[in-house]
Amino acid sequence: MAEPVAGAPAALTRKDFESDQEVRWCPGCGDYSVLANIQRVLPEFGIPRENFVFVSGIGCSSRFPYYMNTYGFHTIHGRAPAFATGIKLARPELSVWVVTGDGDGLSIGGNHLLHAIRRNVDLQIMLFNNRIYGLTKGQFSPTSRLGMKNKSIPMGVIDHPVDPIGFALGAGATFVARVIDVDAVGLQEVLRRAYAHRGTAFIEILQNCPVFNDGEWQALEDRRTRADAGLPLEHGKPLVFGAKGRRRGIRIEHGVPHVVELADDADPVAAGVTVHDERVERPAYAFSLASLTPPDFPTPTGVLRAVERPSYDRLLEEQVATARQQRGPGDLRALLHSGDTWTVE
Amino acid sequence: MPTAQAPPAARAPKPHQRIDRVAIRFAGDSGDGMQLTGTKFTESTALAGNDLSTLPDFPAEIRAPAGTLAGVSGFQIHFSSTDVRTPADQPDVLVAMNPAALKANLGDVRPGGMVIINSDAFSDKSLERAGYQDDPLPDARERFRLVEIPLTRLTFEALADLNLSQREGARSKNFFALGLMYWLYGRPLESTLRWIASRFSGEIAEANRRVLMAGIHFGETSELFPVSFEVPPAKIEPGLYRNITGNTALAWGAVAASVQMERPLFVGAYPITPASDVLHELAKHRHFGIRTFQAEDEIAAAAAAIGAAFAGQLALTVTSGPGFLLKQEALNLAVMTELPIVAVDVQRAGPSTGMPTKTEQADLLMTIHGRSSDSPVPVLAPATPGECFSVMIEAFRIAVKYMTPVVVLSDGYLANSAEPWKIPALETLPRTPVVYHSEREDFSPYRRVPDTLARPWAIPGTPGLEHRIGGIEKQDVSGNVSYLPANHQRMTDLRHEKVERIAAEFPPLEPRGAGSGRLLVVGWGGTHGAIATAVDEARAAGREVAHLHLRQLNPLPRDLGAVLARFERVLVPELNAGQLVRILRDRYLVPAQSYSKVQGQPFHVSELRAAIDRALEA
Repeated sequence: MAEPVAGAPAALTRKDFESDQEVRWCPGCGDYSVLANIQRVLPEFGIPRENFVFVSGIGCSSRFPYYMNTYGFHTIHGRAPAFATGIKLARPELSVWVVTGDGDGLSIGGNHLLHAIRRNVDLQIMLFNNRIYGLTKGQFSPTSRLGMKNKSIPMGVIDHPVDPIGFALGAGATFVARVIDVDAVGLQEVLRRAYAHRGTAFIEILQNCPVFNDGEWQALEDRRTRADAGLPLEHGKPLVFGAKGRRRGIRIEHGVPHVVELADDADPVAAGVTVHDERVERPAYAFSLASLTPPDFPTPTGVLRAVERPSYDRLLEEQVATARQQRGPGDLRALLHSGDTWTVE
Repeated sequence: MPTAQAPPAARAPKPHQRIDRVAIRFAGDSGDGMQLTGTKFTESTALAGNDLSTLPDFPAEIRAPAGTLAGVSGFQIHFSSTDVRTPADQPDVLVAMNPAALKANLGDVRPGGMVIINSDAFSDKSLERAGYQDDPLPDARERFRLVEIPLTRLTFEALADLNLSQREGARSKNFFALGLMYWLYGRPLESTLRWIASRFSGEIAEANRRVLMAGIHFGETSELFPVSFEVPPAKIEPGLYRNITGNTALAWGAVAASVQMERPLFVGAYPITPASDVLHELAKHRHFGIRTFQAEDEIAAAAAAIGAAFAGQLALTVTSGPGFLLKQEALNLAVMTELPIVAVDVQRAGPSTGMPTKTEQADLLMTIHGRSSDSPVPVLAPATPGECFSVMIEAFRIAVKYMTPVVVLSDGYLANSAEPWKIPALETLPRTPVVYHSEREDFSPYRRVPDTLARPWAIPGTPGLEHRIGGIEKQDVSGNVSYLPANHQRMTDLRHEKVERIAAEFPPLEPRGAGSGRLLVVGWGGTHGAIATAVDEARAAGREVAHLHLRQLNPLPRDLGAVLARFERVLVPELNAGQLVRILRDRYLVPAQSYSKVQGQPFHVSELRAAIDRALEA
C-alpha cells in the first residue's frame, strides 16, 4: 500500500485507467475479466493515477501494463519482481503492482518471486495461473497437472507441479489469496485487501486459457458445480461449502484436513468445523488450507493468510533516516578527506 | 622498550643510504595478515611523500591449507622519489613468512636482492609442506642477500609478560615484519599506531603495538642491518593527497555523481570477487541517501537498478565478468527502454569461474557485442585507480544526458592496487543536476532531444505523463508497440546514432611522446602504468615510439582513425587474447599487432619494452 499523497485528485473512474491501446488477448481469455476488475477497483483507492506502476515479465498476462493508463514497465522473462523491487525501494510512495503468470513467475522467475515475497517488499503480485504456456503456444507449465498431454510432452506431464499458494507460504508470504478470474466480486474484494496490506500481497488468479487449456477451472467457474468445488474463505467464519442438501465443512486437526458432513440447519462450529483465521502467525494453518485440493477437497478462495511484518522498503527507509540522524546528511568533502591525508607543498 | 610514551620516529642511529626507488613484496600464508601489512606499509609510505603503486595478490580460497603454495598471499609495493606507475616487475626485497611464501615468490626477486625470512617457520615439516625436497636456504644465501630472523620467537619474547595465548601472540608476528621494514626505510609510525589503537583493544592492541616496536628496535640494534635506507619524497603536483584503490574510487565516484547530480543513488549488487568491495564501501554511506540492495542474484541486481532508474534514481550495478554475463539480458532491456543506469564490470581472469582474484581485461568484446541483436552501449575504461573516481561521474553524466546504460570496465588490478590520489576540490567536479521531464504538452515517451537523441526521463508520479515502456520494439516517438519493418530499421539506427553522438564530447586524443612516427602503442584500462613506463623507457633509449591510451571504447573517439594513420605501425598490448586489436583492425583497417598476456598478472615493463623493440624491428 502506498502512502496517501497530498492533494488527492478529483474522483477517478474506470475509464481513467484504460489506455488507448487495443487489448490483444484471445477472445474469451480470463485476462479480460481481471483487467476490467482492476480498472474498476483502482479509482476507489483515492490516489492519483500517476502514482500507480504496473510491472510485468513475459507471457500473455504480462501484456497487462500496456492496457493500463498508469505508468507501466513490461520487463523481461521472470524478473518482474526484481524490477518492481527496485522501483519500490527507489520510490516507496508509489503503488507498485506486479503482473506475472505461472510460467513467468514460477519457472524462470521462481527465484525472484521467492525473494520478493520473503523480503516482504510492499508490492501487489498477481500471478495468473492458467497451468499452460500460452504465448509460446501450448507447452506445459510448472503448474500443469501430472499426465496432462500437450505439445512439448505428448505422452503426458511427468513434472510434479508446484502449488503457487504453497510456494508463497513457504517463502514466508504475509498475505496470500486465491481468486477466480470470472468472480468479479471475489476478485475486487481481494484486490482491495491486497492494496491495503503493507508488504507483499500475493494473489493467485485462477485464469482460463480458452485456446490451450480450456476449462481448467471450470468446476470453480460453473454455476452448477462451484458451490461444491469451491470453499470461499471469510475471516472468523467456519470453513463451510457445498450446495443445499450437500452441505459440508472442513475440520483441520493437527494440520490434517477432514470433511465433515453437515445437515443444512446444523451449527458448523458445534460440529467441529474449523473457523477461518487468516491472522494465525504460524503458517501451518495456511499450509493446511493450501493442501485442500480436488478431488477430495474443495478449492479455497479468498484470503488464506494476512499477517503483519515490517516491509523491506520501510526498513530500508528507516535505515536511511537513522543514518542521517546519527551522521547528518552526507558530506562529500568529508568523505574524500576521511582517513589519512597528506599535503604536498 | 618504550611503553606508553610517544613513540620515537622510526629512524636509526645507524647510517642511512639514500636510494631513489625500491619494490618490496610481503608474502606469507593467507592467515598471516600480509594484505594488512602491505596496506599499512602503503599508508605510511604515502605519508612519507613517495609516489607509489601497489599490487595485492591473494588466493581465492579464504583459508587454503596452512603452509601450502595454494595459500600464499602477497602484497607488493613500489615506491620512489620520482614518478611510479607500476608495482615493478621484480621486487628488490622479499619478506617471506614461511617456506611456501619463499617458494612461490623467490623466482621473481631481483638477482642479488634482499630476502628476509622468518627462520622459525623453516622446519623440515614446513619445507615438505611447501614442496621443497631440499633445503632452499643454501642456494638462496648465494643468490640473494638472505636475512634470517627468528621472527616468531622474537614476537613471543616481546609479549612475554602479556596474558596472551600462543595463538593470539603468534598472530602479531606480521607487525614485527612491518616494524622492521618501517625502520629499514624510515617510514613514519604515527598513523599505524593510531590505527592499532582504534582497531584493537586491550591486550591485543598492546601486543600489536609492542611487536611493531620490537621490529623497529630489532632493526636499530641487530647487526644484520648495517644501514637503513632513505627514499626522499617525490616531486609530485602540490595538493592534498590520500591513497586510493580502484574499488574505493569507483564507490566514491558514484557517491560524488549522486551529490553533484542532486539525486539519490541506488545500488543493486550481488557479491562477487573482485567487485564486492565497491558494494561494501557504498553500503557504509546510507546517510547520503544511498540505497544499497544486495539482490538474490546478478540478474535481480541489474533488474532492480533498472527499476530504480525508471523510478528516477541514479542507478548502479557492480559486478565482475561472470556476473556481467548474467546482466546482459537486463542491460539489453535498458538499451531498448533507453534508461540511464551505470554497470561496472571489474574484470577478472576467466572464462567461467576462472581465477577470481586475478586480473584480466578480456570482457571488452562481451561488453560491446555480448547482447542479443544490435545493442549499442557506451563503454568507458579508467586507466588508473584514481581515474576510477572521475570515470563514474562521467558515466552517470553520459547515462542521464543521453538516456542510455553505460558500462565501466575496471579490472582486478585497478580494483585492489593503490596509488596516491590528489583529492579533487569539490568546485572542480562537474555539476549537472538532474531535471526530469514534466511538460505535458506534446509528451511522447520516445520523442527525442534533437542534438543528443535522448528520450525524456518521465518518472512515475509525474501527472499527465503516464506511459508504458518495455522490451518490445517501440514505435518511433509514440513508444507504442510496433512490428513495422521500417520502424525497426529506424529505431535500430537511432539507438546506434545516439551512442555515436557521445563521441562529439570527447577531448582530442593526444598520444604521449609524439604525434606521429614509427610506432604507436595503443592500450586501454589498467595497463596504463606499465605501458607508459615502457614507452618512456624506450623513448629514453632512443626508440621512436608513442603511447595512446583509450578511455572510451564505445563509441571510439572520432579522431582515432586519423591518429592511427599518422604512425607506421600500431602495437596493442592487452591482458586478453587480442580484443581491442580486433576492433581497431575492423574499424580502421590498420595492420595493428597484438601483444597478448593472459596469466592473471599485470604486464611487466620489461615484457612491454621487449615487445616494443620487436615491433620496431619487424
